[in-house]
Amino acid sequence: MLNKNRLFITKTLLSSLIRRRSRILVALLGTAIGATVLFGMVTLCYDIPRQMGKAFRSYGANIIFMPAGSHATIDLNLVNAATDLIPSTQRIGVTPFRYLAVRSNVVPYTLVGTDFQQITKTSPYWLIEGQFPSQDNEIMIGIDVANYAHLSIGDIMPIAGKSRQNDNFDQIFKIVGIVKTGKTEDSFIFVNFTKLESLLQEQNQAEVIELSISAPKEELQNYIAKVKLNFPSIEPHLIKWVTQSETQVLGKLSSLLYLVTSVVLILTMICVATTMMTVVIERRKEIGLKKALGAENRRIAKEFLAESLFLGFIGGLIGSLFGLLFAQVISREVFGSSIVFEFYLIPFTILISMLVTVVACLMPVKQAVEVEPALVLRGE
Amino acid sequence: MNILEVNNVSKNYGSLYALADINMTVGDGKWLSIMGPSGSGKSTLMNIIGCMDKPTSGSVILDGQDITQLSLTDLTVIRRDKIGLIFQQFHLVPYLTALENVMLAQYYHSMVDEKEALNALERVGLHARAKHLPRQLSGGEQQRVCIARALINYPKLILADEPTGNLDEANESLVMNLLHQLHQEGSSIIVVTHSPEVAKHAETTVVLEHGKIAQIIDNLK
Repeated sequence: MLNKNRLFITKTLLSSLIRRRSRILVALLGTAIGATVLFGMVTLCYDIPRQMGKAFRSYGANIIFMPAGSHATIDLNLVNAATDLIPSTQRIGVTPFRYLAVRSNVVPYTLVGTDFQQITKTSPYWLIEGQFPSQDNEIMIGIDVANYAHLSIGDIMPIAGKSRQNDNFDQIFKIVGIVKTGKTEDSFIFVNFTKLESLLQEQNQAEVIELSISAPKEELQNYIAKVKLNFPSIEPHLIKWVTQSETQVLGKLSSLLYLVTSVVLILTMICVATTMMTVVIERRKEIGLKKALGAENRRIAKEFLAESLFLGFIGGLIGSLFGLLFAQVISREVFGSSIVFEFYLIPFTILISMLVTVVACLMPVKQAVEVEPALVLRGE
Repeated sequence: MNILEVNNVSKNYGSLYALADINMTVGDGKWLSIMGPSGSGKSTLMNIIGCMDKPTSGSVILDGQDITQLSLTDLTVIRRDKIGLIFQQFHLVPYLTALENVMLAQYYHSMVDEKEALNALERVGLHARAKHLPRQLSGGEQQRVCIARALINYPKLILADEPTGNLDEANESLVMNLLHQLHQEGSSIIVVTHSPEVAKHAETTVVLEHGKIAQIIDNLK
């Protein structure tokens, strides 16, 4: 028998939702828009600092590995093992550098062997005229070298020096690129890392390793501590000017985002609450009638609660989908990349949406049920 | 035995009085009309009898129980168990069918019973319109649904507030015939009206003026 009553009230609840569809759509639209903003903004709150962190990587490496103690170089196998400690999603780039003192037409220079593919990741701010060397007989020179020796792209440059074994070499290189960084790189000559290894007759060693890692300062410091502990021959250093300014800017950005999100959320929730209140107030007569028929206040409140929970759930679900789309569009337009989807935000959004609709509903329902039914039915 | 006894009932709103020292009784199975112009206090009296308002002083004994001493929650229970309300504006839930509107009263009273609700609609001649929404029904039909809803829980007292106020002559006649049927079956009825034509269907008419009983008419004489 009890099931009959439950079935009936469920049916009337559905009838209320279906047969009052224009009103329900307005309420649903309100809750869905609220949930969309909630989901979108919270997602962006999480994602923008992450995206900005990635963007900050264009300022160059934030960690440098140097040989520890009396070592002159670091074994690249150890470097690989050390960089494996960083999750691949956070590892933007790892660039080895090897230096060799050379001469060109009696003028001393520093020949630097590096991985040009990684340079684009760890030092994307380098201004390159021409291109990176791709062949063993190609070099890229710093702007100061080019100006001093009156060299330009396409010119030939003889380079002479000695290997680790003291064997002399004297080779001709073709200039394919000129680099301008505003720093010491402007006075260097760059060659492929493997080419320099062959000139040096020494493999798998580097003097400096530059790392670009997308992580907050605390994580970077933890990583450095781990490397120091596990790899005593590596001396890791945090590039403080990069990480500090990154931390400061990201901190301020996060605070701003949270503030904007909070304000938008409060405004949206007020809108949702107002919509729900209007919908309930329109039904004051129905509440009065139910009271006149003998319904207890608690029972009427429960019916409205069930309806608002349903609206909150559906609105939250729709809002989550649109919020994801909204955050995705913003992320693509501003950062040119997809957001990282946080699954738990869906139940979070639905719960908040249900909570807002219930609270918004209960206030006017409470007021309506407290009024004498005779007054409500007379329209007073 | 009396189904209703109203003893020295007054209702004041600050210094204004809506009802002053009203005394009347309704015998079990009797039909009483409360008649009067607008502002005479008939709606206030109906609300007090219908457990939707409380008097400032005096007592109202409904089916042997003094309802003036009860809490609002208890009044709701009395209203649900003992009174069948018929409104001038019908007050049907717009998104529920005629059948569901009748079953709603069953739901708040005890248990829903579709067959019984259909019987009630059949009794008011609306079995075929059971699945229609109020907006698909004429005024007369809506009022008949309202009557079916009022009688579904076998109330001790049927309280009708201007039951024909919004109806044309033909529908007025239909509704009054239904009330006559209920009366013949033993129901106690109180009809609040401003119309002498409607009032004269009752056995007794109480005429209110300025919140006081101006006249008691025995319609059977």
